[in-house]
Amino acid sequence: MSNRIPLLTVAVSFAMLAAVIFWVGTRDQSAPTPAQAKTANAAPAARGDTTESATKSEDVAVSGNAASERSEPLPGAAQPGAASAADDFAPPTRSEIPDDEFGAMVRKGRDIFTDTQQHADQFVGNDLQCANCHLDEGRRPDSAPLWAAWAMYPAYRGKNKHVNDFAERIQGCFRYSMNGTPPPRGDEVLVALESYAYWLASGAPVAKNLPGRGYPELEAPEQPPSFTRGKQVFADHCALCHGRDGQGQRAADGSLAFPPLWGPRSYNWGAGMHRVNTAAGFIKANMPLGAATLSDQQAWDVARFIDSQERPQDPRFTGSVSETAEQYHGEHSMYGQTVNGVVLGQDAPPSGTAAKVNQP
Amino acid sequence: MAIRKCTLSALVWLLSVSPWVQASPSDIANQGLGENVAPCSSCHGAHGEGNAAAGFPRLAGLGAPYLEAQLDAFASGARENAVMQPIASALSTDQRSAMATYYSQLSAEGAQASKGQSDNPPDTGAELAEHGRWANDIPACVQCHGPAGVGVGEHFPALAGQPAAYLEGQLRAWRNGKRPGGPMGLMASIAAKLDESDIKPVAQYFAAQSPAPAKGLDHE
Repeated sequence: MSNRIPLLTVAVSFAMLAAVIFWVGTRDQSAPTPAQAKTANAAPAARGDTTESATKSEDVAVSGNAASERSEPLPGAAQPGAASAADDFAPPTRSEIPDDEFGAMVRKGRDIFTDTQQHADQFVGNDLQCANCHLDEGRRPDSAPLWAAWAMYPAYRGKNKHVNDFAERIQGCFRYSMNGTPPPRGDEVLVALESYAYWLASGAPVAKNLPGRGYPELEAPEQPPSFTRGKQVFADHCALCHGRDGQGQRAADGSLAFPPLWGPRSYNWGAGMHRVNTAAGFIKANMPLGAATLSDQQAWDVARFIDSQERPQDPRFTGSVSETAEQYHGEHSMYGQTVNGVVLGQDAPPSGTAAKVNQP
Repeated sequence: MAIRKCTLSALVWLLSVSPWVQASPSDIANQGLGENVAPCSSCHGAHGEGNAAAGFPRLAGLGAPYLEAQLDAFASGARENAVMQPIASALSTDQRSAMATYYSQLSAEGAQASKGQSDNPPDTGAELAEHGRWANDIPACVQCHGPAGVGVGEHFPALAGQPAAYLEGQLRAWRNGKRPGGPMGLMASIAAKLDESDIKPVAQYFAAQSPAPAKGLDHE
């Protein structure tokens, strides 16, 4: 008996060693060299929104992030937890922001990005910050990092059926995710955000679909996403920060701490995050904050629950929920569907009107 | 007559010393309870402001559910502390709950007095506190504890102005399994990802912050 334990230890050690060797081996294969990746992504289709499904619905057009603009799964980045695959690109560190006029604009962009409420409130119609969905100040892989988005524009987007440059892409974030008014082209807010994204992408290849871009695309769940199961997941894993009512929490100084996930002060029915698959990918990779431990099924379920709650109207609202749903909402949207006897979108507060009264 | 007087005095005496009789939270805070419960104020200050020099934490203005969970954990031994364990065990469940509510309602402004230490926290502490270290899946401390650690809601206690020694001690306690990991084990998981060299700077950062938040900056 006594010498079985050392034997077991040796066996386990060997097994672990083998596993590590195997992992290193597969990792080398799955992390493409720049040359491989270039080949894989060079086709125009890889740029994003040119597939047929894109033109039909929002399936490809996502606001606030580039999740489903990935037209094909990225090797090594399609699964959450594969952040290591993004090792081949790292944005510069905060301390490297240059000490000149350009650097000042980068800092301004970073301030807007992390405290949008404070620094761009005239364009914001809810209680969100850019950095709520783009974690680590827009740096985190699998959290729609700015450095991966920057070099993918100009790109055709099914959402508005034309080629968008990066500025227009950010305007979309303000219109949908921030439920506000897009800053006009040339506005300093826009220039600052562009500068910040551009600087974060220093050294990144242009027009390359970098690993970690957007949010991971989860495989379809074993069981169809369930509102009821999602409600339980929410209570167990989300309510601590976002509140039982999903309305977020403020810090003792009155500033926003945890963002509202639905209701009049959250993202609207046109935002990318309102789509269950997008939210599921974000949640799986990033939630709970710093301890992303949910299963795929739990992520799908809770995304379904969150995105089955009323929120500000889609800014493209035609006057009819069913018509708007038909025109703009695809299979992953709950908009126009009946949940607990209520048609979602029917009681939506008007979009973009929750803007705060400007204080002197 | 004399007997009656005697009985009355005995009753009054019983009322005043008996732990079975309702003692108000304020009484417990300031006078203690029986022989096992020293007055809270003797260590945590008359206004729950704590004692920076001795490393006793501020209680004023922290969330009631948080404080109650800590008292319960002291009582059960899940949170190890030689001073607090006998005190918390001597209180009934209801009394622990009442004490938690009592301190949650004291104002953080009163805690100003305990501040005034480590005014020049190292930059490494600020970096971790304000930005986290996402390469190790460590979010910024302030994401859950509020700007400068002023606290968020009932479950994310203020860190601002807490004694550095206390904060350090807690991070180590989580690492050593001597304190329950908190809701969803969040703090145990964070503390496990910290390096020993992170602990002192980040504790000093929060110790140097003002415990009383400037309210309603611009956000309402």
